[in-house]
Amino acid sequence: MLEDKDRIFRNLYGFEDWRLAGARARGTWSDTKALIEKGHDWIIGEVKTSGLRGRGGAGFPTGLKWSFMPKSDPRPSYLVVNADESEPGSCKDREIMRHEPHMLLEGAMLAAFAMRAHTAFIYIRGEFMHERQRLQTAVDEAIEAKLIGKNNVNGWDFDVIVHHGAGAYICGEETGLLESIEGKKGMPRLKPPFPANVGLYGAPTTVNNVESIAVVPDILRRGGAWFAALGLPNNTGTKLFQISGHVEQPCVVEEEMGIPLKELINEHGGGVRGGWDNLLAVIPGGASMPLLTAEQCESVTMDFDALAKLKSGLGTGAAIVMDKSTDPIKAIARIAYFFKHESCGQCTPCREGTGWMFRVLERMQRGEAEKSEIDLLFKVTKQVEGHTICALGDAAAWPVQGLLRNFRHLIEERIDAYQAAVKEAAE
Amino acid sequence: MAVRRLYPEQPASFAFTPENAAWAKKEIAKYPPGKEASAVLALLWRAQAQEGWCTEPAIRAVADMLGMAHIRVLEVATFYTMFQLAPVGSTAHLWVCGTTPCMLRGSEALIEICKEEIAENPHELSRDGRFSWEEVECLGCCANAPVVQIGADTYEDLDPELFEKLLYGLREGRPPKPGSQIGRQASAPVGGPTTLQAPNKKGARV
Repeated sequence: MLEDKDRIFRNLYGFEDWRLAGARARGTWSDTKALIEKGHDWIIGEVKTSGLRGRGGAGFPTGLKWSFMPKSDPRPSYLVVNADESEPGSCKDREIMRHEPHMLLEGAMLAAFAMRAHTAFIYIRGEFMHERQRLQTAVDEAIEAKLIGKNNVNGWDFDVIVHHGAGAYICGEETGLLESIEGKKGMPRLKPPFPANVGLYGAPTTVNNVESIAVVPDILRRGGAWFAALGLPNNTGTKLFQISGHVEQPCVVEEEMGIPLKELINEHGGGVRGGWDNLLAVIPGGASMPLLTAEQCESVTMDFDALAKLKSGLGTGAAIVMDKSTDPIKAIARIAYFFKHESCGQCTPCREGTGWMFRVLERMQRGEAEKSEIDLLFKVTKQVEGHTICALGDAAAWPVQGLLRNFRHLIEERIDAYQAAVKEAAE
Repeated sequence: MAVRRLYPEQPASFAFTPENAAWAKKEIAKYPPGKEASAVLALLWRAQAQEGWCTEPAIRAVADMLGMAHIRVLEVATFYTMFQLAPVGSTAHLWVCGTTPCMLRGSEALIEICKEEIAENPHELSRDGRFSWEEVECLGCCANAPVVQIGADTYEDLDPELFEKLLYGLREGRPPKPGSQIGRQASAPVGGPTTLQAPNKKGARV
């Protein structure tokens, strides 16, 4: 288990003051100027050394992403912080924004400096109203204390605009988010060009998750090597994990990357409801990741590579635990409904496919289907996956594929039972 | 996608109150010149707060203020699901999360209570016009499921009994304190955190 001294989010649960005075007592904003004076390349270098991979789900190396930003460009550069946390199961960025908003701001300043940006937008989902107010209060405090803004004490002009969303999961997709800031529907853009070349308002832009940005000050202060020494190779550092569903104590907790899932659930989640043997399945990384069977949960570690090997993924590190009372077909059908609801409608395979997958699963949940439809459904998920502008199509297809891979027998049993009942009724 | 259309009965006009108009001006000024459209969500939010729901005249007015075509703002208002295109309960409109993490912890029972005590269908007003509800897609409080949000406040860790209590409180004008309804500190485990307990020179809790 990670030791407290290696934890980055020291006020994760809000026991302490979240405002500037409290944040300063925890070390935030203590020597930002000294970090900035080390230069753009030093910051990017340390973040690269740390091995930090994006915490929004895709796990792209953060330092590498920053290095894509142009070094001299007549257009302004922008940092956009993606605080549109909407993946079912994920609730970590909320804790950062309401309990450590200054960590996020300081991280944003350092990241913006590294990529030569003077402006950051923080796009926060519409539902997080209190969190937005806190973030705005933190921004106001930081301006008042001359930590950010024009001619601030840290020596890098830096403005922050807190931008409020209005309820659209798709705005968590980076180009959908940029469209939304520009005042349009959040429909993702075709890439290339990538945001680092043509992003917000047509200018170079980097979009990072809240957690990826908030850990930057600690990485710089303690050193990239410190972060890299935690976790597993290629999956370094600490991470906020979220445990929801059928556990005794659902919670958000900071742990080392690569912690065994079983340990995470038992040590922090208080164990599976009714004991470990009552476990049916776990969705390890938020709704878009294929579920794992209880057997797989026995030994899997929570990191990008181990979960990818099981054809699932770490995503946002949100474990949704299901005990044996769960109907997995229904659980996945509800996720399919989620994606149907949140599809932006731009690409036909996703717009039509998400609804189609949901409707078939809803019937399968009752057993009202033909067995041949199981393979047909799998085929359709393959026709959606990889055939859309953004990854929402993939995200909608994967959980269905996971269900079909691991619980095919259950669907078949359900169909048999339904057909037997129909036959009996007919006789 | 969700099918979202304008309500058939619309008020004749809309105008921001002087305070809101001044606020809107400041909001627009946050964005670079020529990028006024970026303020569209903020202005629609404020219009909705002022009117109680997102009306068609408000959509036109916001478009005019930002130099946008009416259709562009209509697109935005119908795309983002938090804009209420029909009147909502005067006391409270309940966002009941029904997505899988909340479903696993019993949100279906909460939705049944909404159907019984508020209105049979989502977006339908209760008989006294004070309440309405809808099932929403993930409120982002999954470790505190199931969750119901009313305005800015989230009511977390609910069960049918606690939810009935919340509804009663709302009716009486004395809603319970928002946040966890079982006394949890934020998203720490029930019974206290499993981490951040040791004294720490960086100031963690002792």
